Amino acid sequence: MENYIIEMLHITKEFPGIIANNDITLRLKKGEIHALLGENGAGKSTLMSVLFGLYKPEKGEIRKDGKTVKINDPKDANDLGIGMVHQHFKLVENFTVLENIILGVEPNKLGFLERKKAKEKVLALSKQYGLQVDPDALIEKISVGMQQRVEILKMLYRDNDILIFDEPTAVLTPQEIDELMEIMRGFAKEGKSILFITHKLNEIMAVADRCTVLRKGKFIGEVEIKDTNKEELSKMMVGRDVNLTVDKKDNTPGDVVLSLKGVTVPSNTSKKDAVKDVSFDVRAGEIVCIAGIDGNGQTELVFAITGLEKQSKGEITLCGKDISKASVRTRSKSGMSHIPEDRQKHGLVMDYSLEDNLVLQRYWQSEFENKGFIKRNEIRSYAEKLSKQYDIRSGQGPLTIARNMSGGNQQKAILARELDKEHKLVVAVQPTRGLDVGAIEYIHKQLVATRNKGKAVLLVSLELDEVMDVSDRILVMYEGEIVGELDPKKITVQELGLYMSGAKRNVGKENEHA
Amino acid sequence: MHNIFSPQKLLKSKAISAFTAALLAIILGLIFGYIIMVVASPENSLDGFNMVLVGGFSRLGDVFYFATPILMTGLAVGFAFKMGLFDIGASGQYTMGMFFALYVGFMWKLPGSLHWVACIIAGMMGGMLWGFIPGFLKAYMNVNEVITSIMTNYIGMYLVDMWIQGNSVMYVPSKTRTSYLPGSAQIPSLGVANSNVNVSIFIAIAIAICLYIVLNKTTFGYELRATGFNKHASHYAGMNSKRNIIITMVIAGGAAGLGGAFAILAPSIIPGSSMTYEPVSVIAANGFNGIAVALLGNASPIGIIFASLFISHIQRGGTLAALFGYKPEIIDVVIAVIIYFSAFAMLMQTTVAKYFKKHRKNKKPESNANEDPVVTLNKEA
Repeated sequence: MENYIIEMLHITKEFPGIIANNDITLRLKKGEIHALLGENGAGKSTLMSVLFGLYKPEKGEIRKDGKTVKINDPKDANDLGIGMVHQHFKLVENFTVLENIILGVEPNKLGFLERKKAKEKVLALSKQYGLQVDPDALIEKISVGMQQRVEILKMLYRDNDILIFDEPTAVLTPQEIDELMEIMRGFAKEGKSILFITHKLNEIMAVADRCTVLRKGKFIGEVEIKDTNKEELSKMMVGRDVNLTVDKKDNTPGDVVLSLKGVTVPSNTSKKDAVKDVSFDVRAGEIVCIAGIDGNGQTELVFAITGLEKQSKGEITLCGKDISKASVRTRSKSGMSHIPEDRQKHGLVMDYSLEDNLVLQRYWQSEFENKGFIKRNEIRSYAEKLSKQYDIRSGQGPLTIARNMSGGNQQKAILARELDKEHKLVVAVQPTRGLDVGAIEYIHKQLVATRNKGKAVLLVSLELDEVMDVSDRILVMYEGEIVGELDPKKITVQELGLYMSGAKRNVGKENEHA
Repeated sequence: MHNIFSPQKLLKSKAISAFTAALLAIILGLIFGYIIMVVASPENSLDGFNMVLVGGFSRLGDVFYFATPILMTGLAVGFAFKMGLFDIGASGQYTMGMFFALYVGFMWKLPGSLHWVACIIAGMMGGMLWGFIPGFLKAYMNVNEVITSIMTNYIGMYLVDMWIQGNSVMYVPSKTRTSYLPGSAQIPSLGVANSNVNVSIFIAIAIAICLYIVLNKTTFGYELRATGFNKHASHYAGMNSKRNIIITMVIAGGAAGLGGAFAILAPSIIPGSSMTYEPVSVIAANGFNGIAVALLGNASPIGIIFASLFISHIQRGGTLAALFGYKPEIIDVVIAVIIYFSAFAMLMQTTVAKYFKKHRKNKKPESNANEDPVVTLNKEA
C-alpha cells in the first residue's frame, strides 16, 4: 500500500450557483513535492481552504496517515502539522521577524515572553535550512524574498511537516525562484511533504515529483512528472492545445505620444518617494513594457500618468500637450485610455450593469446624454454592439450586473470600453492578471492590434513571459527608478531578472556622468 | 425575451426582494412590539396591539399629515445614502428649514397665495445651507460627514432657539413658544375633519418622484450612484466627486429643510391659531425618524414614500393605544422596537435572497447549474 500522509478524497464544495470543487481527490505522499496545477478559477484555493479548515466541504473526507480527520478551523490544521505560505503574506508589518514567527505560539514562563529561547530556536532553524533572516529586523524594512522566508520559518517553528505553498513565486525574481526551489528540495529530503500550488509549468517540471491537475472545479488527473512534459500538462490544465506565442510583426514607432520628464511621486505608505525622477517616452505604434517586481513604484507611476494621484515633481506630456496638472477627465478626453491594475476597485462599478459600465468613460458625451438625462436606448444598443464586437459574455446581456460576470468577461468589458473610446495611448496595467489562458491570448492580440493601428501602448506587467512576448521595448523598474532599457529580442529572462533585482543597471546614475 | 412574471425572475428582481425583506422586518418588529405590550399589561395587550395595527385607519388624515415631515427627512437621508454619505444631520437641516420658514412667515408681508410658498422656499434654502456645511467640509477638508452633521445638529438647534428667543415678533416669552403664524403663511388644508393634513403631502410625494427621476434617469444620478457604489471607480472615470458631494448634501439638506417647513407651516384645526415652535434645546426627532424611514425604504425615494406612511400609521395607532391604559412611554418603546426592527430591512434583504436561492436549489438542483453559464469560480483570490 502507498504511504500517503494526506488524502483528500472526493471533496465537493459548492458555493451558491457554482461548484468550486467537484469530486476532487488529492493524495500527498510523505517526502514528496506535489504540485497542484490549474488556471485561476480552477478551484485550487478552495481545495486548500478546505484542507486548512476555512471551508467545510459538502462531501468527501480528509485522511491523515490513513485515519479520517475533521478539520474545522486553521488551528486543527496546525495541530495536524499542516502549514501554509499564503500568496499574500500574513505578516505584521511593524513587528520584527522574530515576533512574527512566534506570533500565536509564544514561548512563555508564567506569562512572560521567553524571547531568548525563541530566538535560539529560530536561528537554529534558519541555519539548518539555509533560510537567511535577521530576527530583529522589522518586516516593513526587509525584502519580499526575506518576508517569504519568514513565512516559511513560521511553518517550521510550528513543527509543521506538511507545507503548502500558494503561488510562492509570483513575487520573486528568477534568481530568488531558483533559491526557493532549492529550499523546497531540501525540505523534501528531510521527509517533509510539500504541496505546491501554481499555474507555471516550468516550475513544476523543475521541482515537483507528482502533479494533480484541476480544471473548472473538476479533477483532471494525477501524473508523475518524470512521465510527462509541459505540452501535456498545459493541455490538461486548459483542456485544449495552447499557443501562447504572440503573433507580432515588426513595426516602426512613430511620433512621441507620451513623454515623462523627471517624474517623482511620493509614497502613501512610507516617507520615501515611490517613484524617483523617472523619464521616458512612448511612441505611436510601439508597446513599451514596464517590468519589475511588484511594489517597485509601478502602481504609483501609473497613478501619476493617469491623474489618479499627483506627482510632486516632473512633467508629463501627451501628444505634446502638458498634462502634468490635468484632471483625470481632461487626460481621458485628450486621448488616454487606462486599463487599471485593479479591475474591481477602479475599473468597474461592480453593482452597475454591464451597459452602465461600458459608458463609464463616455456617459457625458452627447451620444449618450441629452440635457442632463441619460439616453438609455442609445446606451443599450451601444452595449450590445460592444458585447458582440469584443465577445463579452454575460447572463442577461447589457443588464447583467458586473459582479455576476466572470473575471475574463469583466476584463473584456474594460478593454472594450477603453479601446473603443477615442485614444492615442493605452495604459494597460497587468491586463491579464488572474485570467484564463483563452482570455490572456485574446487580450494580448487586442493590445498588439492596437499598436498596429498606430496607437502607443504602455504595458505594466509582472509576468515575465508577457514582458518578453508582447513588448517592443522593456523598461525595468527597481525601487522607483528606471534601471534598464532593454530590447526583448536581445536579452534572456535571466538577464532581465538581474535588472529586476537591482543587481544590474544600464540607465540612470551610471550614465549621468557621461 | 424573458418572462418577467415567471416566479424565478420575480424572486430575482431587486424590488421584490427589497419588499419581502421590508415586510419580514416589519413582521418581526410587530411580534417584538407585541411581546413588550404583553409584558407591560397582559390583559389589555390584544386590544392595545390591535389599536397599534389598525388604529391609524380611523385617522387617515393624520397618518398622511405626520408622514409628510418624515417622508422629507427620509428622502434627505436616503438620497445622501445613495452616494455613500450618511446624513445624520437631517435634524439640524430640518430645524433650520423650520426657522427660515418661520422667519419669512412672521417678518415678510406677502399676499396670501404667495406667502406660504415663499415660506416653503425659505425653509428649503435654510436646509440647503445646513446641508452645504458638512458637504463642503467633506469635499474639501475630507472631514467625516457623520461627525460634522452631528455637530451641525446641535449648532443648528441652539442657533434657532437663540434667534427665536431674541425676536420679539416671533417669540412670546410668557408662553415660552412662538406666537401664531398669520393665516397666509399656513399651507392650505385638505379639509379633512379634525386633521391638519394639507397639500404639502402632495408636494412631498412629487419631490420623492423627482428625486427618483434624478437618481435613475440623469447623468448626475448616474455619477451619484456610481460614487456611492465605488468611489475609486468614479475617481478613475474622472467624475468630479467634490462637486457631487456638495450638490448631494445640498439637495439632502433642502429636502430635510422642506420637512421642517411643512411641519411648522401646517394649518391648525383651531381657527386663528397655528403650529408653534418651542425652543427647548431638544434635537428634532423627525430628523432621526428619517434615518429609520430611509432604511426601511431601502434608500429608494419610492420605497421611502411607503415607509414614511407605515411609520406614521404605527405612530398614530400607538397614540390611540393609550385608550387602553398604555402609558405614552410604553407606546414609544413599542414604536421604537418596530422601527428598530424595520431598519433591519436592508440586512434582511440579503438573508431573504439567500433563503430563496437555497430553497430553489433544493427543489431543482439541476436547473441551477445551467442557469448562469457565465458565472465561473471567482472564489479564488
